[in-house]
Amino acid sequence: MTARRPALPLPQVVRDVLAQRSGRIGMAIVFLHLAVAMAAPLIAPQDPTYQDASAMLQSPSLAHWFGTDRLGRDVFSRTLLGGREAMLIATAATIIAMAWGSAVGILVALIGGRTDAIVMRFIDAMMSIPWILLVMLFVAALGSSSAALVPVLGFSYGLSAVYLARAAALDFVARDFVVAAQIRGHARWAIAVTELLPNVRDSLAVQGAMQWSWILLAVSSLSFLGMGVAPPTPDWGQMIADARGIMQRAPWALICPMLALSSLVIGVNLAVDALARVTGVERTRRVLGA
Amino acid sequence: MAAALLERLGLALVTMIIIVVVVFFALELMPGDACSVNLGRGASDSMLAACQKRLGLDQPPLWRFAAWAGDILTGDLGISMQRERPIAEIVGWRLRNTLILAGVTAAIGIPLALGLGVLAGLNPDGPLDMTISGIAIFAMTVPEFISGTLMILLFSVILGWAAGVVTIGYKAPALDLLKASILPAATLIFILAAHILRMVRASVIEVMQSDFVQMARLKGVPRRRMILHHVVPNTLLPAISIIGLTMAWLLGGVVIVESVFNFPGLGRLAVDAVADQDLPLVQAIALLFGFIYVLTNLGADLLALTLNPRLRARRR
Repeated sequence: MTARRPALPLPQVVRDVLAQRSGRIGMAIVFLHLAVAMAAPLIAPQDPTYQDASAMLQSPSLAHWFGTDRLGRDVFSRTLLGGREAMLIATAATIIAMAWGSAVGILVALIGGRTDAIVMRFIDAMMSIPWILLVMLFVAALGSSSAALVPVLGFSYGLSAVYLARAAALDFVARDFVVAAQIRGHARWAIAVTELLPNVRDSLAVQGAMQWSWILLAVSSLSFLGMGVAPPTPDWGQMIADARGIMQRAPWALICPMLALSSLVIGVNLAVDALARVTGVERTRRVLGA
Repeated sequence: MAAALLERLGLALVTMIIIVVVVFFALELMPGDACSVNLGRGASDSMLAACQKRLGLDQPPLWRFAAWAGDILTGDLGISMQRERPIAEIVGWRLRNTLILAGVTAAIGIPLALGLGVLAGLNPDGPLDMTISGIAIFAMTVPEFISGTLMILLFSVILGWAAGVVTIGYKAPALDLLKASILPAATLIFILAAHILRMVRASVIEVMQSDFVQMARLKGVPRRRMILHHVVPNTLLPAISIIGLTMAWLLGGVVIVESVFNFPGLGRLAVDAVADQDLPLVQAIALLFGFIYVLTNLGADLLALTLNPRLRARRR
């Protein structure tokens, strides 16, 4: 059999991540957010869309823990519910991005030569257009519904996944076990799945987790610009845009969704930091306009 | 040198051609066209047909692509659907405004990032590094629209130092725009500097451990001289390509930051164009941003090439 870098079994990875301080804090934050998002419809004290004209811009009180916004809606309830849609979109888009991105990246690394060069030139060119304009190009044509955002973001963010999967797979394509599989006459896709995929799994996991937080930020940014999650569904980005005009009189309406979104993203970052350290994968920061 | 130069130029040209192809055919693959999107569902068939005929959308796609790409070569970006004026005319002033904003950001942000990165890297994990790196990681994690809004909250609402929202028009004189770009530029600098300084910090730490720095230290070269003559020049080279790549982020960030501050630049125009369902305008802006990115990176590449002889040799 062939020598491989031993990939840690999943329970071991989870244990090692939790053994790190940043891993523990990060996972705790992320799980708290997930739990709140799932339970939000049950625990939200008020209807997040109910507009109370007699209770506009109220400061935090027992009736409204985080106060009310300019339409008299309960900020606490809206904050609890505000991440659900964005998280759902981010999850679906991340799965699409990682699936097509890593498939193309690994295959291209394996095939090499001219195919590799041509495909990567196209990916390069598309990544030269800042993500937000690429997304806006599609949003302008398709309209901004959550259903349209998933494939659009899945496609756009898959581009950087191609890069990463290719780079990770390139470390292995010349190794003995891959060459041996080629000599045995295995098909390309079979080599990609059985020989390369287990070896790049850790890199893809780290990248996937980062992608999720980037896409979450992308959805929130788009909602902020009025192109993402549409009202009446409450959303953090949309709430922040909405509260900007009243930040002097009702800063709580601005601060609450900001803290919610920032804490979630910081939680993911901490957890990914730990995961990267445990698996020995170099962690990519948000540099390439991703 | 000439071969390496030609190669970079060729690659940049190929990338720009692919950008033109991608921007055109990305929309070609979508349902609907500029007319159906702009006129909406209520449009009658005859209105749609008239609009399509006016814009030449009844022609076959390849023919239209050739015409569109040919126009771009001559600097004609087409006609805006919503404003019914040449796009080049609409875009011109806003491009200037965005370049002013980006120029201020780069002129202050890059030297600041280099300085802070070197300071942080010289004493890694010291109190200064912990402060700088902590703030940098915060800046890199939090999205642009939140840091921008926080800037308004802090400097405009609480401290009252600067106007939170830009109210001047897109044709305002350059000096007024310079004044208007204080807070938007501060937001962009905050994030841009964070990205660059983290890279510089990492490369300073690496260089400090290299043999030639150890050698200089053992020879008794004074610390200040060692830093200025041995460490800094060797960290600048990798920084150049990072700065080029960070431009992609800067351009994307500009779209959001301009919207936060109502700055009359290309980024906000793009947001307005999407809201107006003005496909040709969105296409033109995406194209421009792509070109700016490629050219900036080409510039960074060429600069690195002239400063670093090793890059010239390796390529051959």
